Amino acid sequence: MRADPADYRLVSPGNLLGALSLLASEPAQWLPIAGGTDVMVLYSAGKLTNRNLIDIWNIPELRQIEVFPDRISIGAACTYTVLRQHEIVSREFSLLATAASWTGGIANQNRGTLGGNIANASPAADSLPALLVYDAVLTLISVRGERRVPYRTFHTGYKQTILAADELILNISLPRRFSKYFSHARKVGARNAQAISKVCLAALGQVANGAIRDVRLALGSVAPVPLRLNETEKMLTGKEIEPSLIDAARKSVLKEIRPIDDIRSTARYRSAVACNLVTEFLAKLAAEGAAA
Amino acid sequence: MNPSSAESAKRGISFIVNGEAKKVLAHPMERLLDVLRNNLGLTGAKEGCGEGECGSCAVLLDDMLVNSCLIPIAQANGASVVTIEGMSAHSLMKPLQESFLECGGAQCGICTPGMILAAAHLLDKKLDPTLADIREGLAGNLCRCTGYMQIFEAVAKAARRRVTQ
Repeated sequence: MRADPADYRLVSPGNLLGALSLLASEPAQWLPIAGGTDVMVLYSAGKLTNRNLIDIWNIPELRQIEVFPDRISIGAACTYTVLRQHEIVSREFSLLATAASWTGGIANQNRGTLGGNIANASPAADSLPALLVYDAVLTLISVRGERRVPYRTFHTGYKQTILAADELILNISLPRRFSKYFSHARKVGARNAQAISKVCLAALGQVANGAIRDVRLALGSVAPVPLRLNETEKMLTGKEIEPSLIDAARKSVLKEIRPIDDIRSTARYRSAVACNLVTEFLAKLAAEGAAA
Repeated sequence: MNPSSAESAKRGISFIVNGEAKKVLAHPMERLLDVLRNNLGLTGAKEGCGEGECGSCAVLLDDMLVNSCLIPIAQANGASVVTIEGMSAHSLMKPLQESFLECGGAQCGICTPGMILAAAHLLDKKLDPTLADIREGLAGNLCRCTGYMQIFEAVAKAARRRVTQ
């Protein structure tokens, strides 16, 4: 049944301290809302259990992108449109810019935010594998202070995160050391636009003297959380890309992923596609290495 | 502030709609779409899916294409909204209207206001869009009648018409 707006409150503090104070005053009572592309869907369907919302859309500290010599810091409420248009993001973090272009249509890219994607914590979110391979660091903030945490530790289970009830994600920091890597992003869904992925891959790699010097692989929609393939990466590092290595990589991928059957796909299909996407990446990386 | 007192109060929302200053009294979580249709009588924006997938409720909010079913009215306070009704004053309306007519870009009409606004948003940013640009610009607008090709053709034609006019 449709929600009755009279049952919900929405407060717009307009500044960071106001939002944090409200979150701290009644822990777990307030749900932040930025562009609304997730929260309003639940609300319209009458499924939003939080009755008290804090508007964080127009908080300047959450909207800025700062570029430093060694990293870029992206405010959590930056939209996909802003990410796609940002020169450094599109040049040095193409996996993120590409994922932003996959996320919904233009209207949703104008409202959906990177921080919202992280906090919503869907294992199918397109931008999250990119953050894993770029070694993103999150700054979480509350009235108690700030803490910096590696993004890879943020998700603890399906839709479970380390974000405390009084915290907001302030920004997402990406080290600027991957611009020389070969990068490859691929989404497999029912439709290119406006469809949630069945499986998506973000991958980075470097080949030196015919062998893999460094490789970074992350998949969406194959586990309860966005998944970095740590064991497969270790197994591949230092090796020459040849058919036997690709076979070993496929076996390793199957050991690491935990896909399920759901409305969008099946575990079996996801397993096959996950292996094929990693194979495709390794073939492209090998070609890249041979050309270099 | 006590969140356990669930009933929210209506509050005054001031915004510009199609160039005119408007003031409405609404619960902050009322959807922009409902306020436009029910309070202001602007029924051009349609509710299709109600979850931001279909684009039939698309409007421009501070010149950005958005789905008005996903905007709580409090977030439109102080903003400028353009609906299909306000597009008659837009320089792109004439070429878009003529091209949609000529190419058969509208059939039942439910998706058309959103299609026109998405097309105008695209053409405002790109003078000479490719077919890929047009497909991407309209990817968030679903049509169950025309099969899209007529719509893409209409937008391409409107772009050419604007350049030559």
